[in-house]
Amino acid sequence: MKKSVLASLAIGAGLLAGASTPSPVMAQAMEQFMPIPIYRTGPYAAGGTGYFGGFMDYMAMVNARDNGVNGVKMIWEECETAYDNARGVECYERLKGKGPTGAAMFHPLSTGITYSTFEKGTADKVPVVSMGYGRGDAMVGSVFPYTFPLVTTYWSQNTAKIKFIGMKEGGMDKLKGKKLVNVYHDSAYGKETIDILNKQAAMYGFEIKHFPVAHPGLDQKAIWLQIKQFAPDWVILRGWGVMNPTAIKEAARIGFPREKMLGVWWSGSEEDMRPAGTAAKGFYAAGFHPAGKNFPVLKDIEKFVQSKGKGNIEAERMGTIYYNRGVVTGIISMEAIRTAQEKYGKKPLTGEQVQWGLEHLNLTAARIKALGGEGLVQPIKTSCNDHEGGGAVKFQQWDGEKWTVVSDWIDADKSLVRPLAEESAAKYAKEKGITPRDCSKEM
Amino acid sequence: MSDLNFFFEVLIGGLLSGVMYSLVALGFVLIYKASGVFNFAQGSMVLFAALTFVGIMEKGIPFWPALVVALVVMMVLAVGIERVVLRPLVNQPQISLFMATIGLSYLLEGLGQGLWGTQVRALDLGIEDMPNETIQTMLGIQVSTFDIFSAISAALLVGLLALFFNKTRVGLALRAVADDHQAALAVGIPLQHVWAIVWAAAGLVALVAGLLWGSRLGVQFSLSLVALKALPVLILGGFTSIAGAIVGGLIIGASEKLAEVYIGTFTGGAVAAVENWFPYMLALVFLLVRPQGLFGDKIIERV
Repeated sequence: MKKSVLASLAIGAGLLAGASTPSPVMAQAMEQFMPIPIYRTGPYAAGGTGYFGGFMDYMAMVNARDNGVNGVKMIWEECETAYDNARGVECYERLKGKGPTGAAMFHPLSTGITYSTFEKGTADKVPVVSMGYGRGDAMVGSVFPYTFPLVTTYWSQNTAKIKFIGMKEGGMDKLKGKKLVNVYHDSAYGKETIDILNKQAAMYGFEIKHFPVAHPGLDQKAIWLQIKQFAPDWVILRGWGVMNPTAIKEAARIGFPREKMLGVWWSGSEEDMRPAGTAAKGFYAAGFHPAGKNFPVLKDIEKFVQSKGKGNIEAERMGTIYYNRGVVTGIISMEAIRTAQEKYGKKPLTGEQVQWGLEHLNLTAARIKALGGEGLVQPIKTSCNDHEGGGAVKFQQWDGEKWTVVSDWIDADKSLVRPLAEESAAKYAKEKGITPRDCSKEM
Repeated sequence: MSDLNFFFEVLIGGLLSGVMYSLVALGFVLIYKASGVFNFAQGSMVLFAALTFVGIMEKGIPFWPALVVALVVMMVLAVGIERVVLRPLVNQPQISLFMATIGLSYLLEGLGQGLWGTQVRALDLGIEDMPNETIQTMLGIQVSTFDIFSAISAALLVGLLALFFNKTRVGLALRAVADDHQAALAVGIPLQHVWAIVWAAAGLVALVAGLLWGSRLGVQFSLSLVALKALPVLILGGFTSIAGAIVGGLIIGASEKLAEVYIGTFTGGAVAAVENWFPYMLALVFLLVRPQGLFGDKIIERV
């Protein structure tokens, strides 16, 4: 009896030990972790919830429809940043090691948080992806191996905006002698295009005046009275959150035509226009994707996620600018993971392996169509030295109710942007003592 | 446009902005007068009131009934705050009351967004936020009709509050409570009732401020940040004076706009966002010269 008790205990202990020490086959759950540094609170909550709502809905749809990316389920965890740099860094540190292989990549959704985390990402080998934001020179992959300002940087977007204004004026030569104003959010994000605008002003012969608006931009009366006195031909609005409708309303109050206002894509959401009411009618904004629900990928999200009550955002926000930006982010991020799996195998990957996928993205028109994103995503081809990959911009106009696309894809002026980016990246490399990678050896 | 016209346009624009700051400052003054506490939650009350109003309207309820319901919600909230937060803290150090209002601020922000969502909502009061044509024709300067409406609303509200607190027994009781909680209780003043009434009045002010600011900015989280605009007004005008909140608002509004335009231009743009730091600098100078503010009560203590 005594012997059998001891034997049972020994067997039990053995079983427990077996349970706590996984066999090599069971070692790794087939899960890929994605950090979600969301902002559900604070003055920019509409952007944070819309963007990450779309991103999480896309991942949930891929899990439900395709059983994940090649059988690897996407898992994620939210961390609230409130669009605050310090909290963004805290979220990065908290989430970078989660999941079986750590974070696949990190989407800061804030230029400030991008600046605060991209060097950490390089050190930790976690790609920091700033899609449509972040620092422009990070497109130079030889200097910034783990930073990916994918699709279109602010610098590229800015050159497309000047092209659009040129088109509206009847040609780039007509810009000579014109007066432009840049009303910008007084932050790292807002300041990002000052230098390139100055260069373009010298290049095309227009005058540019910059007006900073301090966070959050609740009252801009004095700034707009100065703008009225300057009497510009065009106003470029580089706003964020409440600064946008306030600026549009102030423009209306001084009688400045909204048809002569052009916003960055963070000034071009429904949430930016609706509070401004009728004053917003006619306002232009840049975009790297359109609004709307009439895309196969959104229909799949509706079918597999939202209709099942598993959405990460209110169903009525589907198809808005922020939501669709999150879906675009999801499509490109999953495609990068899929690309990396082709090299490293269909299993959970480390950030270092996903970096390879991000650097070898080839999102062709055919592939975009297969993913259900035709008309929503532009073709992207990245490389070791080109971490931007796209560079085209569409322009849209607010008709009082919704956005209407008013241009085809307008390419950025890469002949201007690329040398500037390389010059800036080389300066950064020198300051930090970085020896740039030789991309010719990494083809 | 002549330089003089431009100057007057900036000045009048600033004065009208100041009225909007005063509206928020009024709520702070009411609570401070009753309890000697800086109500950190006033900005959140503005947000909560506006969110509630718009949320109710979205349920299909027309403007005036929605306004009444929102007002009732703010009254109930005031009574709730008195019961749950303030009553247990009678005779406790004022720092405890202040800390309680910080907690209350986060609670209201979370509750408001939890109940009504984080979406930005438009609020149309039916008043055009465009230059008034009559004024433009007569004076040659642009002043928004909405700004004029806001100024009139603020003036009416101040008149109403001044009457209520100066000509009624509640007003007298309020002054006694502000002076000493324990002494007020000892002479039979119902402290709880006074606090509930004052918080309800602050709720009314928050609702009016929320509607006017919400109509301009959209109803969104940023409304809670309008409190930042009221701080220099309070320092300048004094924490205990309704008139001080109005005069302080006018001075801050006008001076910050003039400073933004003329200091910014004078320094060739080297000094940016003057509007943001100038009011605080002005308030700091006032603190050095007159710590109790322009209209605040001078505290004399026997040693």
